[in-house]
Amino acid sequence: MAHTEEQQGTRRDFLYYATAGTGLVVTGAAVWPLINQLNPSADVVALASIDVDVADVAEGSQLTVQWLGKPVFIRHRTAEEIEAARGVELSELPDPLAANDNLDGAAAGTDENRALDEEGRWLVMMGVCTHLGCVPLGDGAGDFGGWFCPCHGSHYDTAGRIRRGPAPTNLPVPVAAFTGETTITLG
Amino acid sequence: MKKIITTLAALAVSTSAALAAGGDYEVTDYAFPFEGPFGTYDQNQLQRGLKVYTEICSACHGLKYVAFRTLASPAGPGFTDAQMKAYAEQYEVFDGSLNFGEGDFRTATATDNFPANNSVGAPDLSLMAKARAGFHGPYGLGTNQLFRGMGGPEYIASLLMGYTGEEMEQAGTVLYENTAFPGGWISMAPVIYGDDVVFDDGAPTDAESIAKDVSAFLMWTAEPKLAARKQTGLIAVIMLGLLAVLLYFTNKAIWAPVKAHARYGTHVDPAE
Amino acid sequence: MAGIPHDHYVPGSKAEKWVEKRIPVISLLYDTLMIPTPKNLNWMWIWGIILTFTLALQIVTGIVLVMHYVPHVDYAFASVEHIMRDVNGGHMIRYIHANGASLFFIAVYFHIFRNLYYGSYKAPREITWIIGILIYLLMMATAFTGYVLPWGQMSFWGATVITGLFGAIPFVGDAILTTLQGGPAVANDTLGRFFSLHYLMPFLIAGLTIVKIWAFHSTGNNNPTGVEVRRTSKEEAQRDTLPFWPYFVIKDLFALAVILLVFFAVVGFMPNYLGHPDNYIEANPLATPAHIVPEWYFLPFYAILRAFDGDVWLVIAVDFLTGGLVDAKFFGVIAMFAAIVVMALAPWLDTSSVRSGRYRPMFKWWFWLLVVDFFVLMWSGAMPAEGIYPYIALIGAVYWFAYFLVILPLLGVIEKPLARPATIEQAFAEDYGKGGGTGDGMRLPGERGATPAE
Repeated sequence: MAHTEEQQGTRRDFLYYATAGTGLVVTGAAVWPLINQLNPSADVVALASIDVDVADVAEGSQLTVQWLGKPVFIRHRTAEEIEAARGVELSELPDPLAANDNLDGAAAGTDENRALDEEGRWLVMMGVCTHLGCVPLGDGAGDFGGWFCPCHGSHYDTAGRIRRGPAPTNLPVPVAAFTGETTITLG
Repeated sequence: MKKIITTLAALAVSTSAALAAGGDYEVTDYAFPFEGPFGTYDQNQLQRGLKVYTEICSACHGLKYVAFRTLASPAGPGFTDAQMKAYAEQYEVFDGSLNFGEGDFRTATATDNFPANNSVGAPDLSLMAKARAGFHGPYGLGTNQLFRGMGGPEYIASLLMGYTGEEMEQAGTVLYENTAFPGGWISMAPVIYGDDVVFDDGAPTDAESIAKDVSAFLMWTAEPKLAARKQTGLIAVIMLGLLAVLLYFTNKAIWAPVKAHARYGTHVDPAE
Repeated sequence: MAGIPHDHYVPGSKAEKWVEKRIPVISLLYDTLMIPTPKNLNWMWIWGIILTFTLALQIVTGIVLVMHYVPHVDYAFASVEHIMRDVNGGHMIRYIHANGASLFFIAVYFHIFRNLYYGSYKAPREITWIIGILIYLLMMATAFTGYVLPWGQMSFWGATVITGLFGAIPFVGDAILTTLQGGPAVANDTLGRFFSLHYLMPFLIAGLTIVKIWAFHSTGNNNPTGVEVRRTSKEEAQRDTLPFWPYFVIKDLFALAVILLVFFAVVGFMPNYLGHPDNYIEANPLATPAHIVPEWYFLPFYAILRAFDGDVWLVIAVDFLTGGLVDAKFFGVIAMFAAIVVMALAPWLDTSSVRSGRYRPMFKWWFWLLVVDFFVLMWSGAMPAEGIYPYIALIGAVYWFAYFLVILPLLGVIEKPLARPATIEQAFAEDYGKGGGTGDGMRLPGERGATPAE
């Protein structure tokens, strides 16, 4: 008699645990969508990768596009700019790293490691000063012929590397690649 | 109250002669692959429907809530990214950021929506399949919709097939008789005669097939998350079913001593 | 909790004593959760929990939707489409919220009719009942303002027609209408205030819900026999009751799981069944949909509103007597609100000394006729106001008022009630006793005495 009661008790306990467990799973399943809806929506995700047509960007000019809510500089550099950028010794750079998302984090900050193509005609980088987030002025501004941040006076060279001023690092190069004759895909 | 309704009705008559009149009209209960609890879209049919929309409907109707990128959705037409991007490039969209903030037209990209089209006052088709109900009643009881569905795509297909060939002119507009349209006379001219498009997959191009394909496509534009919705619903029903069964037995087990006490008078202490 | 004698919470550990001395929150929760509940509650006593759950469901999904919704006439419709197309799981959340309104009203109507049948509104539960009616009115206001937010055709024209009701009030009607709409017509300012109120009112409902629980925990639950729990001693009270946890919590959770199963089947497989196709067309102030029909849960009262048109002699008489002050339009508005007010007055209109309809042989037929009347009104509200339908609506409306104003007062005088069980313990034992339990009262098919899953 006692034995049966014990068995019944065990069976009942199992039922209670199974019910409570299932209840917890159902509750958990109901909570997840409430969190997931906070994640970027499909239209925002779709903008994580955009195509930019650079056919109209003449040599010596630059295009600023918005990507992930921030400006991206796409510059079609002149031969002089490339030459100036490639003539800089690594030892002259306050920040010796390439800051290029397409390369290893430890890559050296040579111009070859920052330009998009081998010849170095195209330079793509985030247009956000690494000091406090202002948008630097372009088209040969600053003492090094590249960019100059008007907020606190950071000077960047023609490869977008910090040379003088409070900014700690080079302008970061985002994930980018030529996916067509004149199409650059960001992200 | 009545006055309000009368005023509104009068307003309706004056603005849209076609919409104002109610009455009987015939909607055929076409079969679609996305019907029923497990039905999903047929990718080939959606691709065909897109072609019909592109070559015929888009001349007058827009799809302003639909983004080109969604054409590559596997739950939708399922084009490849390259196909989708190439398709988007056929369109020009207005971009307010161009031309120094004045705005200008540019080639559409994947992240743009289909352009709106207000050229002849034709309604946008993005949500048309949900904005119309093909089945009603009987007697306002709603059982027809319960068993046959809301009937939006059926209505669209029936409308495309419903022209009788009769025409009349009213207030300078040519109206066409249509058996599916409420009121019977519609300002849209018949557009589908059969063999209007050539399908890449060799599907039949008779008028009815074309009408059904474009209706299916418009159901997708109206309810792109149909498959995900049904899947979530099914999972929820299964999980809640399991929970309900377990709670049923738990409830029975908890109450058993109380009921036994009432039945046999055995002592039970609820605190135990 | 006052009322039924029962064991009180005694803080055990040191920490519990520490908290209890400073704020007696544990004992409050304990007393609420362990409240003595009549053991013979049947399956009609689940709706309170269903309603509370639905309120929480609507508030949670609503807060989520607000994160993506834009209350502006230019963006409202598009932002809803954004939710439906691009937000992760947004289509489910929106469909749950939209259909959740229907679940809310299905539950509240079951709840109201259960109270009407078992006489739960009678002394000493009048305040509980009136708080319930207030919650119901707030629910209607919340549902109405919420329906305007997607800014579809039905949103716009529904808002136009319903705010237009206030324009029927003599002298100040037009001024009130302008104030309500924030301009000469329903427009962006109307949408803004409706959005704000739609967000506010559920929290008022939640507050009233707490007051309501407080009220009926003070009086104790009614039960299918209408016989009160014995309060003379703790011993006797314990024979009539069981603690809320676990007996009724588990029972209610089972009912909730079954109802949610049906709810999710609707959301998953036919989410637009209860909606209007016209609301998938963006609002257009220049074109009205062919038929403006309110959501189903408003239909019975919408039918009463329309029933009293200028052809009814009563309306003509009132119009004449008030010198045109109360015209047909205003009469309809008064009738609609009066139909709800008479419900609130039921505790004083019902003269019977017997609480439960189970022991009232005449009452029960009139009650079921009221239920039928409710559905007839609902149906006639959906039909166009032409042909025979206005007459059906009028008959239905007249019966609605007659039930509360004539039948309830008269029945108490002329009806001879059946014998009632002396105690809840006895009624419960009869349900599960050796005799199979027919009880004293007459039973309608399907009306079981006591609770648990058979």
